[in-house]
Amino acid sequence: MLRDITLGQYYQTESCIHRLDPRVKLGGTILFVLSLFFFRNALGYVAAVLFLGIVIRLSHVPFRYMVRGMKGILLLLLLTVVFNLFLTPGTPIVTVWRIRITWEGAALALTMAVRLTLLIIGSSVMTLTTTPNHLTDGMERLLGPLRIFKVPVHEVAMMMSIALRFIPILLEETDKIMKAQIARGADFESGNLLKKAKALVPLLVPLFVSAFRRANDLALAMESRCYRGGEGRTKMKPLIYQRRDYAAYLCLFLYLAVSISLGRRTLSLPL
Amino acid sequence: MSIILDHVNYIYEKDTPLERKALDDISLVIPDGQFIGIIGHTGSGKSTLMQHLNGLIRATSGSIYFNGEDIYDRDYDRKKLRSRVGLVFQYPEHQLFEIDVFRDVCFGPKNLGLDRREVELRAYDALRRVGLPDELFYQSPFELSGGQKRRVAIAGVLAMKPEVLILDEPTAGLDPRGRTEILEQIKKLQRETGMTVLLVSHSMEDVAEYVDRILVMNQGRILYDDAPKAVFRHYRELEEVGLAAPQAAYIMHDLRERGLPVNTDAITVEEAAEEIARAVRAAGGLPGMTGQRI
Repeated sequence: MLRDITLGQYYQTESCIHRLDPRVKLGGTILFVLSLFFFRNALGYVAAVLFLGIVIRLSHVPFRYMVRGMKGILLLLLLTVVFNLFLTPGTPIVTVWRIRITWEGAALALTMAVRLTLLIIGSSVMTLTTTPNHLTDGMERLLGPLRIFKVPVHEVAMMMSIALRFIPILLEETDKIMKAQIARGADFESGNLLKKAKALVPLLVPLFVSAFRRANDLALAMESRCYRGGEGRTKMKPLIYQRRDYAAYLCLFLYLAVSISLGRRTLSLPL
Repeated sequence: MSIILDHVNYIYEKDTPLERKALDDISLVIPDGQFIGIIGHTGSGKSTLMQHLNGLIRATSGSIYFNGEDIYDRDYDRKKLRSRVGLVFQYPEHQLFEIDVFRDVCFGPKNLGLDRREVELRAYDALRRVGLPDELFYQSPFELSGGQKRRVAIAGVLAMKPEVLILDEPTAGLDPRGRTEILEQIKKLQRETGMTVLLVSHSMEDVAEYVDRILVMNQGRILYDDAPKAVFRHYRELEEVGLAAPQAAYIMHDLRERGLPVNTDAITVEEAAEEIARAVRAAGGLPGMTGQRI
């Protein structure tokens, strides 16, 4: 049940997207997400969907697998749509009692839904095709310049990679503890909100205990390997741009140029 | 009164690239009061099978009958089933959460909706059965030693008074003394209460000494289902699937090959020692050592 969440998980397979330098993928994802906020018409989104579709195709990650990861954020998506749909002032389409749907609201709700979906799928493409280690390596390099301002870049990257690594572990752990408590007659489903919240205690306490235990073990393991942060630390496999990475950057900028020039145009259509 | 599994299949992560068959056409009868050992490699499906027995996992196809009733029937009370088939997970101490040992053990019976008196009686009885000293009852479960925690967790399931007790690797991570203690306690419990016990393990030594029947699982199938002695006769085949017979069995086979006429069915160290002594006495000394006394 909980294992269905694929967000932030690596999908092991062989593809040209997997082989790309993590910096390309990180930068690409950030630019892709940013581009979504520049569009003023539907054409931009069409370009974005096309681009993302090609990337997903190239990544060899089954689309169904990706969509399964969306389930967890469905509620957020739904909330956004509902709020935008009913609370945007403008020309009304339907009015029932005090609830009113406007043209502007419908358009905004649709845009928001498309934007959020693209945003989530876009960023999950990155995490699905990049191992957490690679990802944080890339982040460390990209944020490297911030070190001048005394930002502990390496430490932040390390924390990120640990956090990412722990997501599947903790999910599995939750699943296990949940089952163990259900076997002892616990009921996580019925009852009112208060009862449900109380029912979570037998789940949360062991989960926290285990998270602390794991953190402790990990800290000990790092310490016994003389880990002491990023200062003077070298890499066994430093990131070096290959030809394919430059090619990927080129594709990315082509996409940006095309989508933004299309998306910024003011069309007579709404959206 | 029994558990019957009829052509049970379970497919893990169906419709994903990770899809695989965890249980492959399992048919099985578990009569009352039997002490069964289930052995198999990691990923052989033994834990999955155990979770089917109390309805935590629903089979992809096939049926399971508990005391003659189909547990997948629409109006079957699966919550009740979970109290009648007690399942102790691997590393059960990880599920402890209450502020003291006694309250933690009360969690199970309390969920059954019993009154306070009955809940506490059961908790007390369960803690006594696992041999936890009284002075630890009101300590935080997090302050106990590994072996003690595990006893508390087992008591937590026992307090529900299940008719069938399933233990998934109850000795994992314990020192040799803790292992024997826990296993002895389980055996005693089984003898005294006549409960059906299923013990999942990958240690042949653990299983050989205590159980009446062994199920060997491999890749989601039941490879052997027989008395321990009969199963360990297949020690070569067991090796092929990455398992091993108890060491005593190897010694007996080796001795026989080298000319000492021992009965190779001995599987525990005690049995082996007796059998070797008997064979040596009967042969009038070790072969090649004629005249020497033993």
